[in-house]
Amino acid sequence: MSATASAAGNTIIAGIGQTEFSKASGRSELQLAAEASLAAITDAGMTPADIDGMVTFTLDTNDELLLMRCLGIPEVTYWSRTPHGGAGAHSTILHAALAVAGGAANAVLVWRAFNERSGRRFGQPNAQATPPGWNWYLPFGLDTPAKMYSLAFQRYMYKFGLTNEDFGEYTVVARRHAATNPNAWFYERPITIEDHQESRWIVEPILRLLDCCQESDGGVALVITRADRAPDLPRRAAKIAAASDAHLLDGNVMFNYYHGDLGEFPETKALAGHLYDQVGLGPQDMDAAMIYENFSPVVFLQLEGLGFCGPGEARDFIVDGNIDLDGALPVNTHGGLLGEAYIHGMNNILEGVRQIRGTAVNQVAGAETVMVAGGRSGLILQPAD
Amino acid sequence: MARVIPPTPDADDAYFWDGVREHKLLLQQCASCGTLRHPPVPMCGVCHSTDWITGEAAGTGTVHSWVVSKPPSALTEPGRVVVLVELTEGLRMVGNLVDVEQDDVRNEMAVEVCFREYDGVTLPQFRPAGGAR
Repeated sequence: MSATASAAGNTIIAGIGQTEFSKASGRSELQLAAEASLAAITDAGMTPADIDGMVTFTLDTNDELLLMRCLGIPEVTYWSRTPHGGAGAHSTILHAALAVAGGAANAVLVWRAFNERSGRRFGQPNAQATPPGWNWYLPFGLDTPAKMYSLAFQRYMYKFGLTNEDFGEYTVVARRHAATNPNAWFYERPITIEDHQESRWIVEPILRLLDCCQESDGGVALVITRADRAPDLPRRAAKIAAASDAHLLDGNVMFNYYHGDLGEFPETKALAGHLYDQVGLGPQDMDAAMIYENFSPVVFLQLEGLGFCGPGEARDFIVDGNIDLDGALPVNTHGGLLGEAYIHGMNNILEGVRQIRGTAVNQVAGAETVMVAGGRSGLILQPAD
Repeated sequence: MARVIPPTPDADDAYFWDGVREHKLLLQQCASCGTLRHPPVPMCGVCHSTDWITGEAAGTGTVHSWVVSKPPSALTEPGRVVVLVELTEGLRMVGNLVDVEQDDVRNEMAVEVCFREYDGVTLPQFRPAGGAR
């Protein structure tokens, strides 16, 4: 396969930073954003004066100008925000990279920071008010993300004859990876499939507690800049070898019920095509993958949609050890959003960078090409040098 | 605690909730090319007409997928069965399945619409087809 150019141009992730991940940070979301951002800027060998672009989620509560004041950034010539939740995680990198590639900024700070456990909990039911377009769901009892997504997951289970215990096979792997990651909330706390089956139902008969991502407090940040600056950086940079979004007609982020076959994830299939085309590689060439998982079934749908296994084969792919640290495709080597923390998928990108640098606690030997995907947005990272 | 979050209709979907109050399941249809749409949008993505009419659905379909919704604050309550119904017209619509034990819910089971009132809110619901109630 011959490569087209990376949609991200010649750009790199130069620095990464984070706070600790917890259930009660004890400080404001703005402070978390500032701490993570300063760590990322320092990691990139820069100072806040080098930052002239800013990107975050539309959902982020932190104001750009207040964050500039925290950091002492004198001027920003570009900023933007990306819609939706984890689906938008990788879009932030594409926005930042395009700003750099297009000359709108030289170095862009990307961050996401929140108290989603000690503050407004993300997994709790919506209040007694219906946002636009949600009249079709909330009155009928689809009032939490777990329930919203499960209505699609159930069709996947039906199509391929899967049970909730099958989904638990992923959680066991994620928690095993988290168990050796000191950054992970579930550090040194692996589980068995029996633990998974004994956890309480969240959405019967789809999700138990241990199928759900955490609610976390914490902040992460990254710095995106031009690839030609890589040799001058103190740490190995990750080239953004491919980056894309994939949003389809009749798709829906929370309520993806209207495309033809709910037993597959068409956005992910489209995303995979764009990413592989940009880098001129295929799924067999990925050395590791960080895959967004608000809930365990979405890993199954993405393993299949990204071409790592065939339709309905994700369960056996996982049980056969392929996603283990010594498997053909180590997945979520930090423990993922179930095991490490739920920072809206952005902590998965940090782990992708660490794998490229060779600094992950659960390092995949010789990792040179790492997929970071979130269903409908994603990246492929490679060493910059 | 109220069990039903009431809908907040706007210009694009008020017809649906007005119909529900009269125990009619209405679908939006492009007045120009005839394309049926649900959930509704104010412009036809096929022919771009903003003229649309509504018609009463047959009210029949099959269970495409389903979950049990329990309020996190009261896990001991039996919960509501939420269904994604594949309507006979070929559109999908979310509702609840009533008049059936949870253990008897099956994908592809035939259902028909009915209307029930909860906490003063009338909702379209589905029950096993051929139900006498």
